[in-house]
Amino acid sequence: MSVLVKKEEIRLLSGNEAIARGAFEAGVKVASAYPGTPSTEILENFVRYEGVYAEWAPNEKVAVEVAIGASMGGVRALATMKHVGVNVAADPIFTVSYTGVRGGLVIVTADDPELHSSQNEQDNRHYAVAAKIPMLEPSDSSEAKEFTRLAFELSEKYDTPVFLRTTTRISHAKGVVRLEEPAGPAFLPGFTPDPAKWVMLPVNAKRRHVAVEERTKALIAFAETWDGNRIEWGDRSLGIVTSGVSYQYVKEAFPDASVLKIGLAWPLPERLFREFAAGVSRLVVVEELDPHLETHVKALGIPAQGKEIVPIVGELDPRIVRQAITGEANAVRAPESVPPRPPNLCPGCPHRGLFFALKKLKVTVTGDIGCYTLATLPPLGAMDSCICMGASIGNAHGMEKALGRDGAGKVVAVIGDSTFLHSGVTGLMNVVYNRGSSTTILLDNDITAMTGAQQNPATGRTLHGEPTRRTDLPALCRALGVEHVYTVNPHDMERTEEVLRREVARPEPSVIITKAPCALLPEHRRKKRPVYEVIADLCTGCKACSRLGCPAIEWVPFTPEEAVAAGKKATQKGMARISPLLCDGCNQCPPLCKFQAILERKP
Amino acid sequence: MSVPKGDVFLAGVGGQGTLLASEILCDAFLLSGFDVKKSEVHGMAQRGGSVTTHLRFGPKVYSPLIEPGKADLLIAFEKIEALRFAHYLRPGGAMVVNAQEIFPPSVATGQERYPRDVAERLRAVTDRLHMVDALAAALSLREVRAVNIVMAGAASHFLPLPVAAYEEAMIARLPSMIVAVNVQAFRAGRALLHPVDS
Repeated sequence: MSVLVKKEEIRLLSGNEAIARGAFEAGVKVASAYPGTPSTEILENFVRYEGVYAEWAPNEKVAVEVAIGASMGGVRALATMKHVGVNVAADPIFTVSYTGVRGGLVIVTADDPELHSSQNEQDNRHYAVAAKIPMLEPSDSSEAKEFTRLAFELSEKYDTPVFLRTTTRISHAKGVVRLEEPAGPAFLPGFTPDPAKWVMLPVNAKRRHVAVEERTKALIAFAETWDGNRIEWGDRSLGIVTSGVSYQYVKEAFPDASVLKIGLAWPLPERLFREFAAGVSRLVVVEELDPHLETHVKALGIPAQGKEIVPIVGELDPRIVRQAITGEANAVRAPESVPPRPPNLCPGCPHRGLFFALKKLKVTVTGDIGCYTLATLPPLGAMDSCICMGASIGNAHGMEKALGRDGAGKVVAVIGDSTFLHSGVTGLMNVVYNRGSSTTILLDNDITAMTGAQQNPATGRTLHGEPTRRTDLPALCRALGVEHVYTVNPHDMERTEEVLRREVARPEPSVIITKAPCALLPEHRRKKRPVYEVIADLCTGCKACSRLGCPAIEWVPFTPEEAVAAGKKATQKGMARISPLLCDGCNQCPPLCKFQAILERKP
Repeated sequence: MSVPKGDVFLAGVGGQGTLLASEILCDAFLLSGFDVKKSEVHGMAQRGGSVTTHLRFGPKVYSPLIEPGKADLLIAFEKIEALRFAHYLRPGGAMVVNAQEIFPPSVATGQERYPRDVAERLRAVTDRLHMVDALAAALSLREVRAVNIVMAGAASHFLPLPVAAYEEAMIARLPSMIVAVNVQAFRAGRALLHPVDS
C-alpha cells in the first residue's frame, strides 16, 4: 500500500479499516492485539501499511503491556481488543493510567451491544470512569479515523493513555472516509529513565494519582470547548443528548430536533450540558446499553428522560429511538415464521468428530470461547458451560472438587489451541498443582478460527506472515506436569472415543490433543479431497449420519407413496443425501453407516 | 433534480458471498457520487447462519441500519432467508430472490420440512417479487462461487446506476484474474430479469 495518497482521496471504509488508517496516519509504529469480534480487522488492516510493526499477542493483557513498552520507548503505540478483552487487560490499564505515556498510547475497546458474537454485552464506558482514562467515541467511519488521530495527540498532550470505544455498528459498518497524509509525533524514539513516572512503587504511585486528578480537570476543560462535543440547535421543544452510533439513529428519526452530540465519552463537560438543557423544553438521553451520559446529566441535577424509555438491553435503531421518544411506532408486518438458521460448525470441521465421540461418554463438558462453543447446539448438544476465554479448565477442576468421588471420571474440559494459550495454561497448571484429575481436551485446529483465521503462537506464523517458532503444545502440557498427553485425529472418531474413555477414567490429570486443521484454512481448501455420496438404494433412513449435524448431510423426507416409488418400505420416512457443493470429504460420516451406503463419489 | 436515495437489504447464508456482492454495490454507489453506508456482522454469525447486510445510499446517510418496513429492495440469496427478512421490505418494495434452497439444521436433520409455500408467502408480501435461478446461471459459467455477483446483476435493475458503474467497481476491487468471470456473472444475472416495474 502506498504511503502517500492523492489529495481528496475518498474511500468507503469500515470503522475498523478507518481506525487502522487513522493509526497509520498518526504514525503508530507498534500495535499489538488479541483478535476478538468486532475488533479483529483493525490490526489485519494496519499490518498492511508500510513501515509499521503489528503482532498478535497471546492475550489482551500482553497486548496492552507491549503497547505500554512501546510508548515508554517513545513511539506511538496501539492495542486493540473486544469489550471482554479489556477485562483481561484491566490490570495494566488501571496502572498505566497513573504512569501516563511518552509516545501516544491508544487502547481500542470494541463493544458488542446485541451480543452478535459475544458472551455478554458489557458497556466499557465504565472502564473509562473507573480507570480515569479519557475515552473518545466516534459515530461513523469518518470520525473513527479522525478520532484515532486525535487520540494520539491527546495522549501525548495530557500524558495519558486514551480509550477509543467503538460498537459493532461502528466497527463493521462502512462509510465514506477522506484519507490524509501521515503525520507522526515530534520526537525521536528512546527511553529516558524516570522512576518517579514509570516505577509504580506506592510512594511514586501516590504522587501520580494526584497528577491523574489534575489531568482529569484539564480534560474537562478540553471537553467544554472541543467541537467533537457540540450542540446542533434545531427545534427546541425536543433536545437529545447522544453519542456513538446512537447519534445517527437520532438524526435519522428526529432530523429537526436539537442534539448535544458527545464525542468524548469521558470525562464529560458540565457547562455544555447545562447550556443545552437550558435551551430545550424536553431533554432525553439516547444511548445504547447503560445510562452513562444519563447518570452524569442527573448528577448535575438536570431533569431528563433516559433508560425509563430507551431500552437498556440490545442495540438501538431509528425505529426504536422514535418509538421510545414518541411512544408510537409505524406499523410493520410481523416477521414470518420460518425454520431457524443458527450458526453451525462447518462441513468438515474437526470439532464435530470430537463432540460426536464425546457425547457418547455422557460426561459433563465445560467449554469456553471458540467455534467449538457451537457444539452446544443440537444435534450435538455436547457442551454444558461457557463463561469466558480459558474458563473451561478451571470450571472442570472446580466441579470435580465440588462433586468429590461422585464426580470422578465425569467432567472434562474442552478448549481451543488459541484459547488455551490465551488463558488456559494457568488453569491446567492449577489442575496439576492442586492434585486434580480432570481431563482436558485441547482442540488444536492450527488457527484462531472463530474470528476468521488469525495466527497464534502455536501456528508457526506471525501477523506479518513470517515463519516463527511454534509453541509445542504437548511439550508445554508435559512441562506443566501433565504426564498423560495424547494426540488424536478427531476425524477418526472410533480411535478418539477409545482414547477419551481411557483418559476420562484415569485418576490423574490428562490432556488429549485433537489435532486436525480448520476446514476453512486455504491450505486445507487447496488439498484434493474426496466427495462422499449416499447410495440411494442402500440408505434405510436410519439417520445415524444425520446425528452428526453436518450441513452437507440433508434429509429427504418421503410420503409412504414416495417411499414405495423409490423402492423402499412404505414405513421408511426418508433418506439421507449429501450435498456435493458442501461436502468437505472429512470421512466422519462413512463409518457411521452400518449399511455402507456412504461411498466416495466417483468422478 | 434531487439525488435518489434508497435502502437495500441483503440476506443470505454464511458462505454465500453476500459480503462481496454488497461491497461491489457500495463501491458502485461511491464511484457514482453518492453517500453510502452499509452494516453487517462478522464472527460467529458467519458460520453457516443467516447473514444480512444493510446498504443505504443517498445524498446524505445517517443510520447504518435499515428500519423494518423501510427497505426499497430485498436481495435474498436463499429462499427462506427472503421470508425471514420480508418484514424489512416497505409496502410496494421489490424483492429479488435466488430460488436456491439451503437446508437449515432442523430441515437437514429431518425434524421439519423445508417450507413448500415460500413463493406464495413472498407474493403475499409484494407483487414485485422476482425469482431467479442464480445457481444455474453461476454453474453455466462454471463458477459456483459467482452466485453472489449473479444476484447483484439481477438486482441491479432496481438500482439507479448504469451497468458501467458496477463493472468499474469490480475492476477496481477484484483481483485482475477474476474480474472477467465476475463481469460475466453480473451480466448473466442482469439478463435473468426484464422487469417491467424497475
